[in-house]
Amino acid sequence: MMTNPTGRITQGQFSFLPDLTDEEIAMQVDYGLKKGYSWQVEYTDDPHPRNTFWEMFGMPMFDLQDPAGVMMELKNCRQTFPSHYIRLMAFDSTRGIESIAMSFIVNRPAVEPGFGVVRQEVNGRSMRYTIHSYATDKPESQRY
Amino acid sequence: MGAPLYSIPGTTSAPANEPAAAPAPAAAKTVAEVLAQSQVESVMDELDRDLVGLAPVKQRIRDIAALLVIDKLRSARGLQAHNPSLHMSFTGNPGTGKTTVALRMAEILHRLGYVRKGHLVAVTRDDLVGQYIGHTAPKTKEVLKKAMGGVLFIDEAYYLYRPDNERDYGQEAIEILLQVMENQRDDLVVILAGYKDRMDTFFQSNPGMSSRIAHHLDFPDYSQGELNQIAGRMLAQMNYRFGVGASEAFAEYLQRRIGQPHFANARSVRNALDRARLRQASRLFADRERELTEADLSTLSEDDIRASRHFQTS
Repeated sequence: MMTNPTGRITQGQFSFLPDLTDEEIAMQVDYGLKKGYSWQVEYTDDPHPRNTFWEMFGMPMFDLQDPAGVMMELKNCRQTFPSHYIRLMAFDSTRGIESIAMSFIVNRPAVEPGFGVVRQEVNGRSMRYTIHSYATDKPESQRY
Repeated sequence: MGAPLYSIPGTTSAPANEPAAAPAPAAAKTVAEVLAQSQVESVMDELDRDLVGLAPVKQRIRDIAALLVIDKLRSARGLQAHNPSLHMSFTGNPGTGKTTVALRMAEILHRLGYVRKGHLVAVTRDDLVGQYIGHTAPKTKEVLKKAMGGVLFIDEAYYLYRPDNERDYGQEAIEILLQVMENQRDDLVVILAGYKDRMDTFFQSNPGMSSRIAHHLDFPDYSQGELNQIAGRMLAQMNYRFGVGASEAFAEYLQRRIGQPHFANARSVRNALDRARLRQASRLFADRERELTEADLSTLSEDDIRASRHFQTS
């Protein structure tokens, strides 16, 4: 049974939609900036759902007024990592919240091999299940 | 100036001073319509009213505004109207109003729809140049990112280039600046400011910078009459006024002060007034039992002005 027929990982906002265009991304960023969030760019080649900490691309961007700055950084990141997963995250620093308020993927590899179920027999007939990304079978530089 | 640079999430402060952006500027056919939509006229009038003198600067701002208005009309007609490069350099002696005009410029460009947000980020060398290798580029880029959608005002820009030190990181900052000024001129406007002679040498040693700046505005020194006017406005703003004979005394003070070294135009006027306020305060302070009226508290007397050391040396 195929649970993800489009073959795309679905993490964060908008991940069931077609890829956002740059204008749409800029509009989302602008929305976040108006809310007072700060944006940051992150990338990874290991999109396991439990891998919540991706690598930061540069510093988080505080005190921005306009999405052009975030888009500039995103462009840099895309040039550096053209076939990695790249996401934008908005951090809400309101006291008591202090966490990520928005997060969406803005760049993905052309082919996403997806995940397989791994079964492990323990304690006689008991089974343990986990998922495993096919991409991470390869060494880091050859994944995508 | 007192407002914090950061914004607090959850507070809705942004829309308060935002001019109601005209939703459909497509229909504008006359200059008047564009002006009505952008409310630029009120900013220009304010500029005329609030700033004394500076005729060539005001004229150039009017020209720029006119060009942007006509460009709007052109694009409404389907004619090509590519955004002109609006990077500027403000040169002039100290206290001639460079920063004040830059603030206004951000607002004018915002009303005309040339920059999207219309905020001003004022920086100096310290904010752009790092302290060790690899520190400068991220620092400069961070400032540029903050300024996007608005105006980046680099005060005393000539400090960026230190010809006596080959390994100075200022050059790196200049290169990044140039790159962004060229490639993202829709996103931000850079204004360099500094004293005339030093900016001239700065531009001579950085021809790339000079040629990327379309508008070189020179701020003339104020005449004595203009300085008097400025003093009057500053006093009115601070809720003070000149007493009998004080206005004439101040004119005489300016006459003596202008010829002397380190005269900084409007800034010197402000300082002179501040010192006069100090003298007024201690004059009132000395008389402990007297009941002070509002007039007493807000009047600078002739003696307060004439106590200046510029009157005593003669």
